[in-house]
Amino acid sequence: MQDHAQAAVIDHGTSTPVISAKSLDLTFQTNDGPVHALSGIDLDIGKGEFVSFIGPSGCGKTTFLRCVAALETPTGGSLTVNGMSPDESRKARAYGYVFQAAGLYPWRTIEKNIALPLEIMGYSKAEQAERIVRVLDLVELSNFGKKYPWQLSGGMQQRASIARALAFDADILLMDEPFGALDEIVRDHLNEQLLALWARTDKTIGFVTHSIPEAVYLSTKIVVMSPRPGRITDIIDSPLPKERPLDIRDTPEFLAVAHRVREGLRAGHAYDD
Amino acid sequence: MRTLFPILSVLAVLIAIWYAAVAPMNIRGALDVAERAGAEVVPPDARARFDTSVWVLMANNPEHIAAGYSLDRPRLPTPQQVGQELWKTTGEMALKGRPMSKRSLIYHGWITLQSTLWGFVLGTALGMAGAIAIVYSRVVDMSLMPWAIISQTVPIVALAPMIIVLSSQVGIEGRGVPKAIISAYLCYFPVLVGMVKGLRSPGTAQLDLLKTYSASGLQAFLKLRLPASMPYLFTSLKIGIAAALVGTIVGELPTGAISGLGARILIGDQFGTPLAIWAALAAAAILAGLLVTLLDLLQRITLRRMGMQA
Repeated sequence: MQDHAQAAVIDHGTSTPVISAKSLDLTFQTNDGPVHALSGIDLDIGKGEFVSFIGPSGCGKTTFLRCVAALETPTGGSLTVNGMSPDESRKARAYGYVFQAAGLYPWRTIEKNIALPLEIMGYSKAEQAERIVRVLDLVELSNFGKKYPWQLSGGMQQRASIARALAFDADILLMDEPFGALDEIVRDHLNEQLLALWARTDKTIGFVTHSIPEAVYLSTKIVVMSPRPGRITDIIDSPLPKERPLDIRDTPEFLAVAHRVREGLRAGHAYDD
Repeated sequence: MRTLFPILSVLAVLIAIWYAAVAPMNIRGALDVAERAGAEVVPPDARARFDTSVWVLMANNPEHIAAGYSLDRPRLPTPQQVGQELWKTTGEMALKGRPMSKRSLIYHGWITLQSTLWGFVLGTALGMAGAIAIVYSRVVDMSLMPWAIISQTVPIVALAPMIIVLSSQVGIEGRGVPKAIISAYLCYFPVLVGMVKGLRSPGTAQLDLLKTYSASGLQAFLKLRLPASMPYLFTSLKIGIAAALVGTIVGELPTGAISGLGARILIGDQFGTPLAIWAALAAAAILAGLLVTLLDLLQRITLRRMGMQA
């Protein structure tokens, strides 16, 4: 059943975007007056793309991701996920969300943490077990299923939280600065792993980051954003090949993309504070 | 062993202070007894002694200080005397096969324990129900929470007789129920406050995560809020059961009760038998210690099974 549904999506995928935003606005009413978190966002994300959102704090990159996940409600424009409203697509289990903090339950083992969404969604015990084994293998944590979160390093905890987001076969993976709290070396390693995972699973990934090298290394498309109001200043389709060893970061192509991202960030930033 | 040593050190210091305090506290009594026995004391007149400070009395009658440690009705009994009285009214009676005699503190402790446990169960249930209502309803939060705090500012000693009178008025016989109510009145508050804090302990990200799974409110409660509140709950329960015991004893004090540790304290006071008061006091302290230790053990076992402690 599920495979048929997936195949259908792939057939359509080339033509219709998975995530489509048209002149999307989101204004928060605060005590200090309205805050324009998102303003006139136009963006199409195709099936299997790896899209990074980069920009300074307050540029709305996280807010956009939360809109896609139906955690925030836009105040204007249109936003569709798999051709449905964000709310409907959430109910259809369209995406898995990975937060900056791994947020594993300390009273559950890694296995049980991964089982959490499966329990809520009503999968049978047998299916839960089968899926846990599969996603633990995907994030290379097969031997750690019986451990508690505190027994794992920060990087491993974040991998476990990615496994949890993968467990229910959502086609879209939304990641909000998942490696932001980790050190450079661990982050490099996880970036490599994430690319491998993306290649194996053919997911569509939306990835929020502060790091230019991370954005360029991972993405097929880089969305550069700027604050007040939160808007898109540049969309860069990466010329880099899908196969990316870590040392690709020293090639002229890589540096050229990084340079363009930096220019975009500089252009969007008023330096008025 | 690591935790036992500091506890025993503090206990040793307390007992040392206690022994030191017995001398000034009992010097008057010791001099009265010595005077009646015909010994020479300074000053010889009881009224004059009344106006003299205990320190001067001790300085003038050093040979009578020791007698203060073995009076029949001391102002302040020594730890040893309290221990002996406690043994006489518990262990010794049990050895004689009459542990439930009306003179036995085991009997009175059992009466008090029953009310305490009923009050604890009632108070915990009320506290948890209140906390759930407060966490899930803003209206309840705004309306119930201030009253919960105000309820704890009313002195329980003033409230206790009223609760007893009112409950007998509505036809409740015996003192068990009103005592349990008084006990629950003190016990529910720490449980309520702790559970509110515990149920609210999951952060926004945790709740957002469940939202991305389209989890129902009940699922969020059972899978996230309730387990996350467990450490808070046990801390509250330990405070709660101690409060419940205090509530029960207060409920036994001003109400003409004849059984229970509180009644023993009051009767000891009325009949001028300080040893009985102190023995009942010690029994109450031991009971509280046992109850709290039991809950602490339960906490360790539960949290360890939940994998929350190393």
